[in-house]
Amino acid sequence: MLSIRNLRSQLVQVDDLDLQAGDCFSIMGPSGSGKSLLLRAVADLDPAEGDVTLDGTDRMAISGPAWRRNVIYVGPESGWWEDRVGAHFQDPAAMLGLLRRLGFKDDVMSWPVSRLSTGERQRLAIARAMDRGPRVLLLDEPTGALDQEATARVEGVVHDFLQDGGIVLLATHEKAQAERLATRSLTMRDGRLSA
Amino acid sequence: MTAQAISLTPLDLALAAALLLINGALSIRLKLGVTRSLAVAATRMVVQLLLVGLILRYLFELKSPWLTLGVVVIMIGFAGYEIMSRQDRKLTGLWSYGIGVSTMTFAAVTVTLLALSTQLRPDPWWDARYAVPILGMLLGNAMTGISLGLNNLLNAVSRERWAVEAQIALGFPRDVALRPFIRRALKTAIMPTVNAMAATGVVSLPGMMTGQILAGADPVEAVKYQILIMFLIGGSTGIGAVTAIYGAAFRVTDGRHRLRLDRIASEES
Repeated sequence: MLSIRNLRSQLVQVDDLDLQAGDCFSIMGPSGSGKSLLLRAVADLDPAEGDVTLDGTDRMAISGPAWRRNVIYVGPESGWWEDRVGAHFQDPAAMLGLLRRLGFKDDVMSWPVSRLSTGERQRLAIARAMDRGPRVLLLDEPTGALDQEATARVEGVVHDFLQDGGIVLLATHEKAQAERLATRSLTMRDGRLSA
Repeated sequence: MTAQAISLTPLDLALAAALLLINGALSIRLKLGVTRSLAVAATRMVVQLLLVGLILRYLFELKSPWLTLGVVVIMIGFAGYEIMSRQDRKLTGLWSYGIGVSTMTFAAVTVTLLALSTQLRPDPWWDARYAVPILGMLLGNAMTGISLGLNNLLNAVSRERWAVEAQIALGFPRDVALRPFIRRALKTAIMPTVNAMAATGVVSLPGMMTGQILAGADPVEAVKYQILIMFLIGGSTGIGAVTAIYGAAFRVTDGRHRLRLDRIASEES
């Protein structure tokens, strides 16, 4: 269970939010309302006060990297630090099944990152996060650059992650996507969540 | 052994200055627009060097440890200002200045003290005739290395923010996420020193050695001094660059291993 209590950063405030295993909460709201900032605060990528615990473990009780290995933020803009796709994965061979489901051929691991389209990057960033075996995925507009078919593939992967007991916080502009994936829909306005 | 140096008259220098007039004329003719900066730079050089010459003569005669220390402090202040003015991006607050000056001072002073206490051993050990020129050379080179390194690191981290953050978001610790950037910055900081060592004697005769030879010293003695200085420069530039770059890398991240770009001031003059 992911619990958020009195989370406060410069622009965002969340008093009380609990997500059980298999929960996906969608967060909608205008640009600049703080959706990304909330997800970044939960991942401990930006400083924020308050308690965030995962299965009873407070984020402050463990190191930042240890927390982020379980609670992974996947941003709208994905960064790449090696030349080849495969070098960004811990276990490339084990990920082939997932990559096929996301619409990639088996040789994708040897592709140069510079050859990837924005949509390919976005899908690979999700695969790269799954490769770390997270308990929580914080997805920030995960299908923003994707066509309908690719969106369906990503949603399928997210759906399976939830089935396996994963937890997802999903920031999205698409109401239909929220309806397809979310167990609960929230709206963010001026840094505050409401049902 | 030591031949008498040929003393220069003001007329000699004026004749040499005429060469610069040719440059100035060319600049006007070709509309290079550097006439003004050329004149300012040449004037500054003359005034600054004459002043330094007078101050050093005074300093050597007085043999005062406090005055020597005062000159050292002023040199460090100017070098610190130089480091700052060469940064495209600075850390907020006084952090860039603090990291730059403290690491440069630490590196140059430590290595100077090492040289004064082992190889050179002047009496007294703080004799300005040895301490000031050696510290000056070490400060100058450490300053160049540190400012290149800091500039490279802060620019790279800002520009490639997403590559750093992607790693941090996946749970990499900060030293792993920043490793390629730290490496590149270190390389940039050290390269001028390495290049100078490799080219020295073949492509260029180092200024200090040339000066000693012109002043009448035996070339082999001058070479020995130059080798010593090169090693000292290599050592202090390396120490300064490593400490400054790691210091800055720690400052742009925090104890929770977050990337803290809010600690880099936005680009300004």
